[in-house]
Amino acid sequence: MPEYKWPEKNDRRVLGHRLNRLDGRAKVTGKAKYNSDVKLSGMLYAKFLRCPHAHAKVISIDTSAAEKMSGVKAVRVIQGPGKEIQWALDDIAVVAAVDEAIAEDAIRQIVVQYEKLPHLVNEDDLSKAGEHMKPPSDQVKGDPDQAFKEADIVIEGEYGIPVITHCCLEPHGQVIDWKDDSMTVYQSTQNVSGMANQYAQPLEMPAANISIIQDHVGGGYGSKFGADSWGLETARLAKDTGRPVRNFLERDVELFVAGTRPSGFAKIKAGAKQDGTLVAWQAESWGTSGLGGGGISMQVLPYVINPPNVRKKHTGIATNTGPARAWRAPNHPQTCWLTFAALDDLAAKLNMNPFDFYVKNLKLTERSELYLKELKKAAELMGWREKWHSRNQQTAGPVKQGLGLAFHTWGGRGHDSTVRLVIDPDGSVSLSAGTQDIGTGTTTVIAMVAAETFGLPVNAIKVNVGRSPDYPRSGPSGGSTTVGGVCAATRRACQLALEEFYPKVAPALGAEPSQLETAGGRIQVKGNPFKNLSWNKAAARLGVTPLEVTGKNISASRRASDGKLIDSGVGGVQMAEVLVDTETGVVKMKKFVAVQDCGLIVNEKLAESQVYGALIMGISSALTEERVMDERTGTLLNGEMEFYKLAGLGDIGQLVVHMWKDLEQDRRGVIGLGEPPVISPVAAIGNAVANAIGVRVPRAPFIPRRVLAALQNKGGLFA
Amino acid sequence: MNAFEYASPNTKEEAIQLLGGQWGETEVIAGGTDLVSLMKNFGTTPKRIVDIKKIEEFQGADYISGSGLRLGAVLTLAELIEHSVIQRVYPSLVQAANGVRSQQIQSFGTVGGDFCQRPRCWYFRNGFGYFPKDESGQDLVREGENQYHSILGNSGPASFVSASTLAPPLIALAAQCRIFGDQGWHEVPADQFFIIPEQENQRETILKPNEILGEIIVPAADGLLNATYEVREKEALDWPLATASVALKLSAGKVEQARVVLGQVAPIPWRAVEAEQSLLGQTIDENSAALAGKAAVTGAHPLSKNGYKVQLARVAVKRAILNAALGGA
Repeated sequence: MPEYKWPEKNDRRVLGHRLNRLDGRAKVTGKAKYNSDVKLSGMLYAKFLRCPHAHAKVISIDTSAAEKMSGVKAVRVIQGPGKEIQWALDDIAVVAAVDEAIAEDAIRQIVVQYEKLPHLVNEDDLSKAGEHMKPPSDQVKGDPDQAFKEADIVIEGEYGIPVITHCCLEPHGQVIDWKDDSMTVYQSTQNVSGMANQYAQPLEMPAANISIIQDHVGGGYGSKFGADSWGLETARLAKDTGRPVRNFLERDVELFVAGTRPSGFAKIKAGAKQDGTLVAWQAESWGTSGLGGGGISMQVLPYVINPPNVRKKHTGIATNTGPARAWRAPNHPQTCWLTFAALDDLAAKLNMNPFDFYVKNLKLTERSELYLKELKKAAELMGWREKWHSRNQQTAGPVKQGLGLAFHTWGGRGHDSTVRLVIDPDGSVSLSAGTQDIGTGTTTVIAMVAAETFGLPVNAIKVNVGRSPDYPRSGPSGGSTTVGGVCAATRRACQLALEEFYPKVAPALGAEPSQLETAGGRIQVKGNPFKNLSWNKAAARLGVTPLEVTGKNISASRRASDGKLIDSGVGGVQMAEVLVDTETGVVKMKKFVAVQDCGLIVNEKLAESQVYGALIMGISSALTEERVMDERTGTLLNGEMEFYKLAGLGDIGQLVVHMWKDLEQDRRGVIGLGEPPVISPVAAIGNAVANAIGVRVPRAPFIPRRVLAALQNKGGLFA
Repeated sequence: MNAFEYASPNTKEEAIQLLGGQWGETEVIAGGTDLVSLMKNFGTTPKRIVDIKKIEEFQGADYISGSGLRLGAVLTLAELIEHSVIQRVYPSLVQAANGVRSQQIQSFGTVGGDFCQRPRCWYFRNGFGYFPKDESGQDLVREGENQYHSILGNSGPASFVSASTLAPPLIALAAQCRIFGDQGWHEVPADQFFIIPEQENQRETILKPNEILGEIIVPAADGLLNATYEVREKEALDWPLATASVALKLSAGKVEQARVVLGQVAPIPWRAVEAEQSLLGQTIDENSAALAGKAAVTGAHPLSKNGYKVQLARVAVKRAILNAALGGA
């Protein structure tokens, strides 16, 4: 068995370089086809009839008129008489028709009688939650009462962050082709290898007979792991009609039932000694994940900083709204905001520069040395010392400048992944894995690891992803686990392949297999590079049989001999500079600095791109994003992208991304990156707004209405 | 969307013949950027749509020095923005059109369509009606999510805001709307083109269902200082929260004529007469502009969640005046 490890930093030929992503050209030219582009011969279109009420019982349903319509091939009742519907837009019935327009007309012909039931769709006001409150849970550490008594400075405040949605540009959906005893599913998913089993049992079809195909996916952010109820219904329609059926969700449905992030509100009290040492924390939090209650997880509140004395209590509020799903770094962005907002207020009351306050309290974190280095770097890139002022020393004029900061953590250990590697006698190299490239550059990093190991150019490596069961199993792309998983599996496959390859090549070079190495498209003798064979000539030594190996990254059975290819656990510090127009309440981003570690950086350009994307997403949730529910009707009001407001380029300001890549980090191996940089933006920006205008805007997003209310001392969560 | 008949007449007379006598029975289409989305949501279900883009008399923009500007109703926002004379003489118009921030809408959306687009009220767009109510007849907007609704002119059943981007500057510039109907052309001042509907079967303009806004005439504006200021949550595509357009004529440094029009705050573009009066005889400075801003929101009646828009309207007026008088956009 080879010793699995990465080449020393100075010996790398490909890793760490700023290569363009391999699918970039296909994506920008439109050549890349998404599953929502798939059109199969004879394909039918599914449309779902959805409940208009937030809470209702189905009394009767009459589908006869729809069934009689020309072009309608199947009508299925999903939730019939007697069923209690718990959120608006839940599916009641579905139609498959020869085109989308007929399907749409047909669902309008279905007559449903409902008995409306009482609902609650907004959870921000705890006093109105009543019986929708789930039993609270609480935790105590140390002696918070005594600690608050002994604290020199105590702040109390209310802070909140509403439900937002994933808003994938390619909505959830699939095209399903059911043929006799097998089916092919073209699904927009983050979970290619894990999909067949979700269809198998409910449809009573062996998982082995279910193929999953996906070349590209237009956004998932944690919301696309499941087959989903609509996927199963689409499959049943395909079975009933004997024709392929297509279903992709409409925008309002996508926003409301296919993915939301839990809200988090909290009454927080925090206490410190005069020197800034944080001694006590108390939080009563609430929020919602939909019908189950839920909301943010108390486990990560307070966030990153762990005071010695803590009391916390959390109440989930059951709302009649679409269920929450994992949203890029689940819980962390919300609890990061709640924590750093309260601590920033504490620092302000202590009259301390937050930078110094956090440095003072880094001992309460799990990676104080790294945070300190990253804080210093971020401060340098931001010009923190030069630009910072206290809240009561505002800049002149109606437009006020302010700075804020926050930091974060994430795991990101590589998931289980298997990569199949084939070297053909003509020298071609292909790697196949049932993983998915959700826009993070998975395909590109697999090719780079193989190119590095074989001494070949990246374009000599063919990478196949997005097929199950054709390609070996790989984990779902969640938790920033993909890059570690596929890189480790690929490196192992490549090293294993060389172990088999060298003995076949060595005789021709008059050397021992152990004396060989790869370099510049050749296999050569170490220390004597003139004794070499080109890669293709070497491959010809394979005869007629391709060399095939599989490399695995298996977390459960890790052994020391597996080497140090991957690791877990990152930090990351972010600083925001904003301009707040105190006459209009408009917040504009001026500059945003992100300093981010992630172990060994496979491709610096793609790594930076992950951070840029995360910052844009985070800025959007800080400035404008919010799900707006009408309490009276129980319905979603901004189920489109006109009033579900995503930031555009003009709203982003200057982004400065600095990847932390010292040797110590490099030696840790590969660590996931997709999630950590999306965590801090709301907190950093919210604190910058408070610093600019001298008062706290307690609830995100920081829209003019809330900023003006805070300025007029009419703040609070409901402004 | 329901099935419909599509007609594309070559003349204005044919177009009128093709239009019906009831709102919603037929619809005029130009760029279609609003109409098509409304039809998709069953916000209107016309049996026929009449495309007026081929009608030459409704096309183009002409400027005659000393006489003024004619804007054809099917002139696109992009054509307006790129027009060098409009840029120079009527900056308030270009500033407003630039605020649309979508190249697609600027390329397809038209001047006439901008005037005739329907309210963006999210209750209306989600199927809760023109004057949104629940099943018990209770008004949904007034105690609901009204953060983007009206603060002025909302004493009747209409609480949405006029969506028009171009009407505030065009009213400030004292434009005339030329309307073609079965009796031929007639003309109304742009500030009388918009109405606050009192009945469900009305719309937001004085147009009859079988009339077409054909062109808009803007008087010569040499020496007229004009500007539009928008308060917006987002720089990217978004509806402003409040806008103001002003046109000022100064004589020896003092305001001789003033027109001030607010957008996105009332069911119609809101002519702020009190603000205009407060400016007369004044020199323009921070103080007089701020006083005009205060005067502009006289009689404002905010709803439960949109009190902040009163402040935004004030500031928009102040900044539009300062921009018009002192330059800047």
